[in-house]
Amino acid sequence: MNDFLAARSQMALSLGFHIIFSCIGMVMPFFMAVAHYYYLKTNQIVYKNVTKAWSKGVAIFFATGAVSGTVLSFELGLLWPGFMKHAGPIFGMPFSLEGTAFFIEAIALGFFLYGWDRFNKWFHWFTGVVVGVSGLASGILVVAANAWMNSPAGFDYVNGEYLNIDPIAAMFNDAWFSQALHMTIAAFAATGFAVAGVHAMMILRGSNVLFHTKSFTIAAIFGCTAAILQPLSGDISAKDVAIRQPAKLAAMEAHFHTEKSASLVVGGIPDEENKKVDFAVKLPGFLSFLAHGDFESEVTGLDKIPAENHPPVAITHYAFQIMVGMGMAMMLVAVLYFIALWKQRTWLQKDWLFKLFAFTTPLGFIAVEAGWTVTEVGRQPWIIYGVMRTADAVTPMPGIAYSFYLFTAIYFSLALFVIFMLYRQIKMVGMLYDHTGGGV
Amino acid sequence: MLYIVITYLWASILLYLLLGGADFGAGIIELFTSQKNKQITRKTLYSAIGPIWEANHMWLIIAIVILFVGFPVIYSTMSVNLHIPLTVMLIGIIARGTAFTFRHYDAVVDDMQHLYNSIFAVSSFITPLFLGIIAGSAVSGHIDPTANSFLSAYIFSWLHWFPVSVGLFTVAICGFLASVYLIGETKVEFERLRFAHKAQFFNIAAVVCGVLVFTAAYFEHIPLIEWVFGNWVGRIAILSATLSLVWMWYLLYQGKIALLRPLAGFQVTMILLTTTYRHFPNIVILKGGGYLSLLEHSGHDKTIESLGIALLAGSVLILPALFYLIYSFQTRPLEAGRDGH
Ligand code: HDD
Ligand code: HEM
Ligand code: HEM
Repeated sequence: MNDFLAARSQMALSLGFHIIFSCIGMVMPFFMAVAHYYYLKTNQIVYKNVTKAWSKGVAIFFATGAVSGTVLSFELGLLWPGFMKHAGPIFGMPFSLEGTAFFIEAIALGFFLYGWDRFNKWFHWFTGVVVGVSGLASGILVVAANAWMNSPAGFDYVNGEYLNIDPIAAMFNDAWFSQALHMTIAAFAATGFAVAGVHAMMILRGSNVLFHTKSFTIAAIFGCTAAILQPLSGDISAKDVAIRQPAKLAAMEAHFHTEKSASLVVGGIPDEENKKVDFAVKLPGFLSFLAHGDFESEVTGLDKIPAENHPPVAITHYAFQIMVGMGMAMMLVAVLYFIALWKQRTWLQKDWLFKLFAFTTPLGFIAVEAGWTVTEVGRQPWIIYGVMRTADAVTPMPGIAYSFYLFTAIYFSLALFVIFMLYRQIKMVGMLYDHTGGGV
Repeated sequence: MLYIVITYLWASILLYLLLGGADFGAGIIELFTSQKNKQITRKTLYSAIGPIWEANHMWLIIAIVILFVGFPVIYSTMSVNLHIPLTVMLIGIIARGTAFTFRHYDAVVDDMQHLYNSIFAVSSFITPLFLGIIAGSAVSGHIDPTANSFLSAYIFSWLHWFPVSVGLFTVAICGFLASVYLIGETKVEFERLRFAHKAQFFNIAAVVCGVLVFTAAYFEHIPLIEWVFGNWVGRIAILSATLSLVWMWYLLYQGKIALLRPLAGFQVTMILLTTTYRHFPNIVILKGGGYLSLLEHSGHDKTIESLGIALLAGSVLILPALFYLIYSFQTRPLEAGRDGH
C-alpha cells in the first residue's frame, strides 16, 4: 500500500469511526431528555430507568467520541500538513467555535451524569438538554468546515497564494446549509433506527418488556420522523451538488455523457473504460428533474470534465446507490410505523413490526457511511475543490501504511470493546432496574 | 489581538498541564501503588476526577485548534517532524480515555477490570511522557525541516536525551500534582498520609529528572541554564517556586492542607513561565538556529481577529459554567462506592 493511499485510508477510517460516535453523542441526549421529562412529569420509575440506562450508554459513546475526535484534530496535521498549512487559517473558524461547543457539552455532561438527586431536578434536566444542543451545534460547525472543502469560499487564490482571507465567509460557504441540514437529520435517523432496533430485539425476546417498549417508542418516533424528512433534504443536497460540483453528481449517477433529459441510473455496474453502465435500470428524464427540477434540462456528464479531474466513478456510484437505497427502506418503515401509531394501533403489539425494526437497526449508519463516501470520494482528486489536489497535501513522511495498520487495529478493537460493553449493559438491564419496579 | 490569542494558547497549555496533568498523575499514582491499596486509591481517584475529567482534556483541544487556526506553519512543521511521538501520544490518549470510562461503566464487574486498570495506568504514564518529549523536542533544536533521511527527519528530531528527560520530568510533575490534589480529596487519615508520601516521592523524582534535563541540555548544547537563569523573570520565578515548595512541605507537616493545591499549581506555573519566557515568541527552535515564531508565523490578521473574538466569547460562556461544575462537586462530593448516576 503506498503512503498516499494509506493516508487516505487512515483519514477515512478515523472519520468513519468518529462519525458513528458523534451521531450518537449528538442525538441520544435528546432521547434522554424526553424520557427524563416524562419521569419528572409522571413520576413513573420506568422512565427514570430508561434515562439512566441510556445515560450510561452515552457516557461510553461520549468518551469514545471524544478521544477519536481528539485524534482527528491531530490527524489533520499528521496526514495532511500541506492542506492544513493553508486551510487552517481559512476554514478554522468553525473549529474554534466548535471548541466552545464541545467544552460546554463536556461541562453539561458532567452535571448531567453526576447530578442525580444533587441539583434542582429541572436544572438537572436542563443540563441534559444543553448536552444535546451543544452537541448538535458542534456537529453543524464541523460540517461547515467540511462543506468548505467542497465549496471553498472566503479567500482569493492568486498565483498559488491565499489572499483576502475572510473566515466568516469561509464558514458560510455555499455547501454549508445543505450539508448541515442533511447531516443533522441523518444523525437523528441513524441513531433513532439503531436504538429502536436494539430495543425491538429485546422486546422480541420478551425481557423487561415495559422498559424496552418505552425506550423503543421514543427512539422510533425520532428516527421515523427524520427518515421521512431525509429524502427531501437529500433532494436539496443533490440539486446543490449539481450546481457546485458537477463532477461529483456525474460520478454519483455514473453519468458519462452530457445530455438533455438525462435518465436516472439506478444500480448497475459502471464501466469506466467504455463509459457505460451495465445492468442498470434507467428512468428517462428523472436525472434532469432531480438535478435541476426540470425533465428537459441538460446535465453535465463526465465527458465535459478533464480526465485528470474525474473522481472514482464506481465507488461514488455504489455509495450513492447504497445511501439512497437505505433511505428509501427507512422511509417505508417509518411510514408503516406512523400508520400503526395513528390508525392501526393493534400493529404495535405485533411481532412483525418489531422484527422489521430489528432488521433495520444498522441501515441508518450504513447510509451515513455511504453518504460520506459520496461526499469525500466524489470530491477527489481535490482536497479543496478546484484549488488544491489531495496528492499535494499529503505528509512527506514515509511508512504511513504502518500507521494505518496500527490505527485499523486500534479502532477495530475499540469497536469490539464498545459492542461488548453495550452487550453487557443490555444484559444487565433486568438485574439493575427490574427489582426497583422497572417492570411495573 | 495576536497577543490575546497567544495568551490563550499559553493559558490552555498551562491548564492542560495543571488539570490534565493531575488527571494523568492519578493514573501514574495507581501505577506506583501497592496492590493492596489500589482499590481504595481508585475510589478516591474516581470521585475526585470523575465529573471533570472530560473537561480537563478539552484544554489540549483548545490549544491544538489555536495552533492550527492561528499558527498553521508551526502546527504543520511539528506534525511532520514529530509525527511519531504525536502518534504514540494519541494512542495513549485513546487508550486512557476509553479504559477509564470502560472500567467505570462496565455493567459486569469481573476479570475485565484488570485489563482496564492496567491499560489505564500504563497509558497514564506514556501520554505525558510523550507530551513532554514533544515539548522538549520543539525547543531542543533537533528538528531539521531540510533533513532528507528518514532517521534524521523523523526519529532524531525527538529521540535524544533532552526531550526524553523533559518527558520524564513531565511525568514526575503530573504525579506530584495528582498526589497533592488527592491529599485534599480524602477524609481517611492513613490515606492522606499515603498521598503525602506519594507527593514526596514525586517531588524527589521531579528534582532528579530536573537534574537529568539540565545535564542532557548541557551535552546537547542547549543553553537551558542561560534561558532559565539568564534573566530576571526566570530567576524570580525559580526562586519563588523553590520558596513556595519549602512552604508547602512545612504546611504539609503541620497538617494544614488548605493551601497545598494553590502552591503546587503555583510551582508548576512558574516552571512553565521560566521555560517559555525566554523563548518567546519562538516556540519551535530548528536545527541550525532557525526558529518558528508566534509573532512572525501567525495566520492572517483577519483570522487572528476572528479567532480572538471566538476565544473571548467562548470564555464568557465556558468559564462560569466550569467553575460552577468544579464548585458543585467540591461542595457536594461523590461518595465513594455510590458513584452518583
Ligand atoms: C441516514 C443517513 C442518510 C440517508 C437515509 C440519506 N443520506 Fe444523503 N448523506 C448522508 C446521510 C444520508 C450523510 C452521511 O450525512 C451525508 C454526507 C455528507 C453530508 O452532508 O451528508 C450525505 C450526503 C449526500 C449527498 C452529497 C452532498 C454533498 O456532497 O454536498 C447527496 C447528494 C445526498 N446525500 C442525497 C441523498 C438522497 C437523495 C437521499 C435519499 C434517500 C439520501 N441522501 C439519504
Ligand atoms: C468535518 C468533517 C470532515 C473533514 C474536515 C474531512 C476531511 C477529510 C480530509 C482532509 C481527507 C483527506 C483528503 C481527501 O481524500 O480529500 C478526507 C478524506 C476522506 N474522508 Fe473526510 N472529512 C470529514 C468528514 C468525513 C466523514 C464523517 C467521513 C465518514 C465516513 C469521511 C470520509 C472520508 C473518506 C472516505 C475519505 C477518503 C476519500 C478518498 O481519498 O478517496 N469524511 N476527509
Ligand atoms: C462530520 C463530521 C463530524 C461530526 C458530525 C462531529 C461531531 C462531534 C460531536 C457531536 C462530538 C462530541 C462527542 C460526543 O458527543 O460523543 C465530537 C467530538 C469531537 N470531535 Fe467531532 N465531529 C466530526 C468530525 C470531526 C473532525 C473532522 C474533527 C477534527 C478536528 C473533530 C474533532 C472532535 C473533537 C476534538 C472532539 C472531542 C470533543 C470532546 O471532548 O467533547 N470532529 N465530534
